[in-house]
Amino acid sequence: MKLRPPTGRRLANLVVSLWAGASALIGMVILFWILYVVVSRGLGALNLDFFTHLPTPPGMSGGGLANAIVGTLVLTAAATLLAVPIGLMAGIYLAEFSEDSKAGDYSRFSANVLMGMPSIIVGVFAYTLVVVPLGNFSGYAGALALAILMLPVITRTTEDMLRLVPNTLRESALALGAPRWKVTLVIVFRAAKGGLITGVLLAVARVSGETAPLLFTALNSPYWFHSLGEPTPNLTVTIFNYAMSPYPDWQQKAWGASLLITVGVLIITVLARFFLREKKV
Amino acid sequence: MLKPAQTRGPEDLPAASLTAVKGRKVRTAVRGDQTFRWLTFFCSLLVPLVMLAIGLELLLSSWPAVKQFGWGFFFSQEWNPVLQEFGAASSIFGTLVSTLIAMFIAVPLSLAIALFLVELAPPRVSRTVGTLIELLAAVPSIIYGMWGLFVFAPFMARYVQPVLGETLGFLPLFQGPPLGIGMLTAGIILAFMVLPFISAITRDVFQLVPPVVKESAFGMGATTWEVTYKVTIPYGLVGIIGAVFLGLGRALGETMAVTFVIGNAHRISASLFAPGNTIASTLANEFSEATEPLYVSSLVALGLVLYLITYLVQVVSQMMLRRMYRAWSVGL
Repeated sequence: MKLRPPTGRRLANLVVSLWAGASALIGMVILFWILYVVVSRGLGALNLDFFTHLPTPPGMSGGGLANAIVGTLVLTAAATLLAVPIGLMAGIYLAEFSEDSKAGDYSRFSANVLMGMPSIIVGVFAYTLVVVPLGNFSGYAGALALAILMLPVITRTTEDMLRLVPNTLRESALALGAPRWKVTLVIVFRAAKGGLITGVLLAVARVSGETAPLLFTALNSPYWFHSLGEPTPNLTVTIFNYAMSPYPDWQQKAWGASLLITVGVLIITVLARFFLREKKV
Repeated sequence: MLKPAQTRGPEDLPAASLTAVKGRKVRTAVRGDQTFRWLTFFCSLLVPLVMLAIGLELLLSSWPAVKQFGWGFFFSQEWNPVLQEFGAASSIFGTLVSTLIAMFIAVPLSLAIALFLVELAPPRVSRTVGTLIELLAAVPSIIYGMWGLFVFAPFMARYVQPVLGETLGFLPLFQGPPLGIGMLTAGIILAFMVLPFISAITRDVFQLVPPVVKESAFGMGATTWEVTYKVTIPYGLVGIIGAVFLGLGRALGETMAVTFVIGNAHRISASLFAPGNTIASTLANEFSEATEPLYVSSLVALGLVLYLITYLVQVVSQMMLRRMYRAWSVGL
């Protein structure tokens, strides 16, 4: 049998198929290009000092970003502590109690819109709400901005995950005489555990690489972290400042910090997917 | 569709009959449930409240600038902190142009990727490639910025822009020195950043089209491309528009990557090679240094413009997506 060369409709189909394959390839090439650049340039900057020392003044080599690493961890933890309880409760309302409620509809809609709100706008909001009245840049403002970014993510995943729990489970628990709050927090939560962890992890992954909302809230600082009441050192703003500086040593540190952030965020994202998959099986 | 929480909690029953049966214990249980319900209700109310509060706060803080400059704020290209003259024209222009470039590239790419994942690739390949594309969304904005500034911008200046200048240089769009940084580079990086968002939803849309509909077209001898173009896309059009608007909203507000590569010049240029700025990049660059109240207020006013634009885009996107999911959950 001889194959005819594709013409007309079949040619169009072939071209589009190739284009589709090429597009997927482009997407993957970009991902690996970025990862390769970050790893190859960042690895050289990482050493023991990077994790244990304070930054040095410009022009002096050595030193590290230990303060910024600690600061980023503290900011993310503070935001998580603030956003997780509220997000979980909001998700519970949407999944368990919001049947036919206008307020529930509006809340769900707002969560979706808030998820697409530019993070820099949330930074401006935290600035006018916290930094202006208190009169100085502070970690509180930064943590608040991050928490606002986390809230809709946690709310929506919690709702989705709770809705996956079969109603028979709720009914049996209620039939045994358990009050509704206990049914939700003990029975339904346990059934949806993997999914809930996924939601929290996705939210953490989303904010731990955020820079824009910290630029004029937490600002940055070359000193050790003392309290959230003052400018708080953090990795992402440090990357921004160092990358824009003319000092090669600082630029290299920026690459080191980039590697750290990228690896952290990707690990959390992959973990989140892992918990989700575990749940589905 | 799964109907959640159809069960009736104790709070739905007449309290009197319950008290008659069990007395005190039930009453505390009822009260506990009501408290719980109100607590969750209050938390869910916080989400829309935060959103409204952001808009209100931006409006209040930008009021001095709005009063000072009026509508002229939108049309003035002036941006001079020393003379206290502020106009939003170049930032708004840059935001729109960079987003336009991004969508111009990202939409065809995302649709093609979705087509590849759903119709062409074998399941295992599709899963792996799909995951990798989604990971593009997980890479933080500032990492795109670092890569963009130190790797991609020089790449553009060396290989892409000279070629564009030679072939399409007769258009004012592609004139000027190939600096690498500028509107075009920012737009292209934005495209890579929103691509995973659009392709993820488009993939869902393609997958949700009932196989019967597609199969009947295949049965009549249509090729994969014809089925996609004449059946799948029209069928899922509402969802695809929703996905595109979602990506559009992302691109409009994307900050760090753009700030790194756009060049940050308060200027409107015809050439895409020239540096420019966007609302988000102006905020990122100047906010922490602004001291004068009018300067801060003008920056917040820029933020308000961005808030309103993204809000509108998001609302359109959500309405489209909701319409699609609602229509399809009924079985049509």
